[in-house]
Amino acid sequence: MISIVEEPAYDLPVGERGGPAQPLISARGLIKHFPVKGSGFMKPKKVVRAVDGVDFDILKGETLGVVGESGCGKSTTARLLMQLILPDRGDILFDGETVGGALPLSDYRRQVQMVFQDSYASLNPRLTIEESIAFAPRVHGIAAGRAITRAHDLLHRVGLEPSRFAGRYPHELSGGQRQRVNIARALALEPRLIILDEAVSALDKSVEAQVLNLLLDLKRDFGLTYLFISHDLNVVRFMCDRVMVMYLGKVAEIGSRDAIFENTRHPYSAALLASMPKMDPSERTLEPPLSGDPPNPIDPPSGCRFHTRCSFAESICSENLPPLASVSESQSAACLMSVPGSRHSRAPALMEA
Amino acid sequence: MQTAAMIDIRNLSVTFNRGRKPVKAVNGVSLSVQPGEVVALLGESGSGKSVTMRSLLRLHPKGTTIEGSMTVAGRDVTGLTAKDLGAFRGAVASMVFQEPRLALDPVYTLGRQIEETIMRHEGISRAQAAARALALFQKVKIPSPERRLQNYPHEMSGGMLQRSMIAMALACNPKVLLADEPTTALDATVQIQILLLIRDLQKEYGLSVIFVTHDIGVAAEVADRIAVMYAGRIVEEGRVADIIREPRHPYTKGLLGARVELAHGRDRLITIPGAPPDLAAMPPGCAFAPRCAQVSDLCRTEVPALMPVGGTGSVACVQCA
Repeated sequence: MISIVEEPAYDLPVGERGGPAQPLISARGLIKHFPVKGSGFMKPKKVVRAVDGVDFDILKGETLGVVGESGCGKSTTARLLMQLILPDRGDILFDGETVGGALPLSDYRRQVQMVFQDSYASLNPRLTIEESIAFAPRVHGIAAGRAITRAHDLLHRVGLEPSRFAGRYPHELSGGQRQRVNIARALALEPRLIILDEAVSALDKSVEAQVLNLLLDLKRDFGLTYLFISHDLNVVRFMCDRVMVMYLGKVAEIGSRDAIFENTRHPYSAALLASMPKMDPSERTLEPPLSGDPPNPIDPPSGCRFHTRCSFAESICSENLPPLASVSESQSAACLMSVPGSRHSRAPALMEA
Repeated sequence: MQTAAMIDIRNLSVTFNRGRKPVKAVNGVSLSVQPGEVVALLGESGSGKSVTMRSLLRLHPKGTTIEGSMTVAGRDVTGLTAKDLGAFRGAVASMVFQEPRLALDPVYTLGRQIEETIMRHEGISRAQAAARALALFQKVKIPSPERRLQNYPHEMSGGMLQRSMIAMALACNPKVLLADEPTTALDATVQIQILLLIRDLQKEYGLSVIFVTHDIGVAAEVADRIAVMYAGRIVEEGRVADIIREPRHPYTKGLLGARVELAHGRDRLITIPGAPPDLAAMPPGCAFAPRCAQVSDLCRTEVPALMPVGGTGSVACVQCA
């Protein structure tokens, strides 16, 4: 029998099927609301709008940085991608296939691994580190002996001598060493994507530099793709190819590293950049770029969520929600100042059709 | 310059006698802070920066050995009795902690906690103390201060709580403010607000401040001088601009060189190899010798003293003296 419709290449490994131009992960309209305890009896139920309609792609082989203040939904986005929590709405496509649909969850989990911020809390204190690293391969059906051999290879790869470290327990290691173990464990299933959720934030600066170098080496050697979540903009600038700025559960701006850092089109990104401490004592910051704390995500402001803290805000900003629109080839921003004809005084005039 | 230092620490050593081996967390630290001066203690975790600062309020657990002398505003801190210590803490020197959520009492409103501090030290009525608390909340720029004084700590955001902590620390007009990584737990946008607030209040009240941090950028924003600590000792000390532009000690150079901002166009960061030493088993010579690129035989046998260099700074390294 001759098939006329071209079959998807099911003989190719997961993650290679879509070809190099297909984004490795596409998030489409992700929404996650957490109900608030103790509300809702005879009253409308309150929810924390942790992630409220987020779309983005992670291209093959790139590092996408995610920045924003605490509570902006960075970590929730990461957990949604990992399927540690399920989205209320929206889809995740892995290499063009819907996760949980065309692509079974167990196949997906092998391809995507995560490293958490707290290196101690994310390791089982009662397993030696070689057992921790070998755990996932054994769950996925690899014989115990081979899994331990692979764990030793990986320990060696992340700079921990297996003969000295393999039998130790997490409490016998320093923070930097534990984070190396977590990275080795994430690599044990040979994933395509690693989500690094503030993975270096708890480390001292001199150790942080060592771990960042390790991450760059591993990315090159294993052909990995990273989602790099951090609140440290300097680290993001060093590590990432593209950067996504989040504010209160929405994407404020996304674009190439140079576009975001050199030519940002969103006032929130500009304020974040200006909040970084200056290294020059003769050029100290005189005015805080933003006043106050981020608003409560239970009851976010109407219209543009940033308008309560934005120095360019006009009345239109509290009425209209700006769409995430492309402002140049390598950059999209969600700001009415970039939308032609948005009735914001700084918006470009609408082109005659 | 040495006439009337507000804080004068001489040869301070702190040893914790818990666990199997005694741990010498601070090892011969000398530091003086002038009236109205801000000194940043910069170092990685375990370098002894917080321990040094906590010694100034004698906040260590029982059984801790403190050697050396500490003078704050003319008072000998090592010799204070428990009663004098109570009058000293808060009224002469007070502290802002890293985690306001842990430092504040969750079952009292913020107003109560600030009033309590003022009443304890000055013996005035609650109404007078409440008026002072309100003025303090306005001073630290908390919006709608009357309402906020009635709030419990869990009802406030991290930035607001840190402002309240600062208000409480300043409640009894201390001369010395000790800040233990007050902005580490905050977002960058809030961090810069708190740093500017501390800087403004410091100027207004002429406070002497010791600011403990691990972030060179934060030190550059607030400090007049920086003292860099490594494994319980001060390895380099000097004016903030000198330390940042011309670090002398190999460890300071390494810390500044490992900054990601400098890696533009390069695909790797310059790192300091290895890890800080175990404080219970310190190497005999310079503590940095095992990680140092310019190490010599002398470094492995002798602990270098902190020697003056270039007029305003000093450095503890045989290669630089």
